[in-house]
Order: sequence, then C-alpha cells, then structure tokens
Amino acid sequence: MSVARAWRAMPTMLRVGVAETVAYRAEFLVWILTTTIPLVMLGLWRQVAEEGPFRTYSQSDFVAYFLAVLIVRNVAGSWVGWQIGDEIRMGTMAMRLLRPIHPFIALAASHVASIPFRCVVALPVAFLLLISSGASALATEPLQLAMLAPSLALAWLITFAIMFAIGSLAFFLTRAMGLFSLYFLLFTLLSGYLMPISLLPGPIAVVAEWLPFRFMLALPVELMTQSMSTERVVLLMSVQVGWTIASIALAVFVWQRGVRRFESVGG
Amino acid sequence: MIRYAKLAMLQLRISAATGMAYRADFLLAGAMALATIGMTLLPLSVVYSERETVAGWDQPSALVLMAYFLGLRAVLEGVISPSIIDLVERIRSGAFDYVLLKPVDAQVMISTSRFEPWKILDLIGALGLVVYALVLRGEAPSIVDLALGVLMFFAGVVAMYGLWIICAAASFWVVRLDNLTFLLGSIFDLARWPVQMFPGVWRLIFTVIIPVAVMTTYPAMALLGRLDAQTALATIGGSLVLLAIGRVVWTAAIRNYTSASS
Repeated sequence: MSVARAWRAMPTMLRVGVAETVAYRAEFLVWILTTTIPLVMLGLWRQVAEEGPFRTYSQSDFVAYFLAVLIVRNVAGSWVGWQIGDEIRMGTMAMRLLRPIHPFIALAASHVASIPFRCVVALPVAFLLLISSGASALATEPLQLAMLAPSLALAWLITFAIMFAIGSLAFFLTRAMGLFSLYFLLFTLLSGYLMPISLLPGPIAVVAEWLPFRFMLALPVELMTQSMSTERVVLLMSVQVGWTIASIALAVFVWQRGVRRFESVGG
Repeated sequence: MIRYAKLAMLQLRISAATGMAYRADFLLAGAMALATIGMTLLPLSVVYSERETVAGWDQPSALVLMAYFLGLRAVLEGVISPSIIDLVERIRSGAFDYVLLKPVDAQVMISTSRFEPWKILDLIGALGLVVYALVLRGEAPSIVDLALGVLMFFAGVVAMYGLWIICAAASFWVVRLDNLTFLLGSIFDLARWPVQMFPGVWRLIFTVIIPVAVMTTYPAMALLGRLDAQTALATIGGSLVLLAIGRVVWTAAIRNYTSASS
C-alpha cells in the first residue's frame, strides 16, 4: 500500500531532488570539494611509493586505487545525516512528517536525484583513470565488472542508511556533531579512504575486512582495481547485501524510536 | 584589554562549570582522546613500518608534527568549533542581536562564548606525544628551538582561528555552515602530514591558499631546529595576515547582518 504510494510519487520526488540540487548549488559544490580529498591522498602515497613499490602497491597502483576511491566517493557518498540533524534541530522535520511517505524514502529519492550531477565530476575522472594508469592496473574479469554497478548501489545504500541513523540520533541528543566526527574518523581509517585496507596493520585489517565501512567504499574500488577469485567476489557481495539490510533496519529502528520524542522545536 | 581577558575568563568559567556538571563525560572524553590519538597515529605507523624516511621526515620528526596536529585539533574542537557552532545557532535564532547590543566587541564575545573543557585531555595527550617523540629522537631541542616551537604553535592557532572566523563570517550570508566547516575540517585533517609529502601543486595550495603548512609543518620544523628564520617570520606574518583578513571579513559581515528574529 505505502510502497505503491511511494512508487507513484517517485518521479515527482526525483524532480524535486533535481530542483533542490540546482537551487542549493553552492552547498552542493562544497560537498563535491570535500570528496576530492582522495586526490590529495593520491599525491601523498605516490610520493611515498616514489623510491619503489610500497608492499604490493606501485605508484601506478596507488594512482588507480585513489582515482577509483574518488569515483566511488562521488557516486556513493552521502551527507543526509547533517540534513536530518539540521531539520530536527530547526523543527522543519515537522513538514516531512506531515507527508504520507516515510522520510527514509523521500530523502533517498532526493539524494538519488543528485547523483547524476555528481557524476559530472566523477565521470571525467574515470576517463582520466583509464587513460593515465592504463589498463594494467585495472581489473578485467567480466564478473567483477558486472558486479560493479550493484556493489556501487549497495555501497550508496549502506552509507545513506548509516548516515540516516546517525542523523536520527539528533532526536535523542541535541548535538550530533561529535558523533559525526567519530564516525568519520572510523570511516576514513577502516573504509580504505586513507589507504588500501590491505596496508593496515594485521589485526586491524582483519577486523576492517568485515566491518560495514569497507563495503561503503573499498569493495567497489577493489572490484575496479584488483583481480579477485570468483568465490571472493561472491562472498564479499553477499556480506555487502547483509550489511545493507542491517543498516537499513538500524536506520528505520533509530528513526522510529526517535520520532516519538520529536517536539518540533521552533516553527 | 583587561576587560576582554576578564570576560573570556568568565565565559571559560561558565563553560568549565557546565563541563564539571557532567562528570561522567570526563571518562568518556578521556577514552575518546586516547582512541582518537591511536587512530590518528595509525596511518603514520603504516607508512613508517616500510620506510625509514619519507620526503626528509623520519619517524620521530613525523611524530612531533603529529603532536602539533593533535594539539591544534584539541584547540579547534575545544575552543574554536564550539564557539562557531554557538554563533550559527544564534544567527539562526536571532539571539545574535543580544550579542551585538552588548558594549563589547562581538567577535571577542563570540570567539570565547563556549569551551569544551574536557578537550584539555587531548592537549595533554599531544604534549605527552611530543615528549615521547623527542625521547625517541634522542636529542633534546635547544632553548631557542623550544621557545620558537611554542611561539609557532600559537602562530598556528592564530592562523587556524583566522581561517575559521572567515568561514564563520560566511554564515551571515549563507546560513547553513555545517558543510563549510566540514570541508575546512577535512582539509585541516591533511595537516597531520608534512607538507613536503605532497607533490608540487598541492604543496603550493597547502602553503599559500589553505595554509595547513603554517599550522603544523613549520611549527614542528621549528621545534626540531630545522626551520630557517625567513620561513619562521613568513609563517608568523602569514598567520597575522589571516587574522587581519578574518577581522575585515567579520566587520563586513556584521554590517550585512539583518536579524533573523521577527
């Protein structure tokens, strides 16, 4: 019933999302700038690998890796948490609650609509990646390439759902900023954002391998840049599906517990 | 001047009292500080597990730089960010009017409006790391280097403050500031690496346009006795210029302020 309703409203919600992206272009640009940090990390690791390969990574491997990170971050990154936190604090969340569609779906639609705009940035980089580092550092297995799109979509969903959950914590806490910085610290370390996960020290790499963070970023990146066995691709993809379900459940749970406490501050 | 110092002390006391009221936070903040330091050090330890030196920085020197980074971040999260978040709230709610009505400078009033007292733990952690790194290096800094290192730390704080006040002034025009501070935060995060580790273009950007080099690299080099007088003067001059620009932008912003209250 509500699914059908949401489905019918989808084209309109997407259109609203596009309009919002265009309207808040300055803000959008700032977010895009934030996602360029992988370019800086690229420079750093290239410098480190100048005298010779760093473990298994040569300079061109690092180039391919961080360009892939840049692409994935642009496509799958999300800032919905700040938006929700803001709306709760300012009371404008009340508007959303009046609408007959779950905010998770409504916000997801508006964020999906902004992805094509972000791809304007990511796609030229993808070409650059293909030309500059050559095909040698890229994966060619058909299975991996076929899994790339689904894994990007799931990575986006996990990121979105976790951000949604953290943003919803603003129902309980007046200031969620500290939580975001803790989350971002964990994310940068364990997702492959600062360095490939395999370079992390032993025990941490083992843990990072199974935490949700790597499925938000490193998995699509590895699908693009590393050859993996079929079993490993299947295993990682199934874990990613598992984390997607878990994180959506978490987001909806936190939301439902929180929304009962909502008092619409301000007007 | 004395009046402003008194005012800042008073506001600090209020924040400290609030902080003390939530004593359980002390343990939480302590644990967080330790975890943060550990996580911040991790990428560095990975790099130095394979390499003796990178771009002229050996591990002890890089740890000194990291300590500067942690200390600066403690100041950022303990003093600068809370005040600016406070400012944004006030602009949004219209309560900023009351600040403007007070017979003191609004910038000073706002800059000292809120503190996170427990961030002092991060600062202590950073101090501990500096001592550890210097022991590891096996060579104590001379008195001159030490004095210069401390002075340069404050230059870094001033530069950072200048950059953030420019950003805060922007919130008079664009009310939503979260993402701008987030962008600045992610760029500041790069200050944990020596600026020499970045290739050409980035090094230029991080020295001149977004001077993270001024905030951590040069101060750390000063303490290590590697900084020439010219760069030291340029760093201090640069941070004062940032402070001045911050003041100019702030004044212009205030003139543009139209209250949000009804």
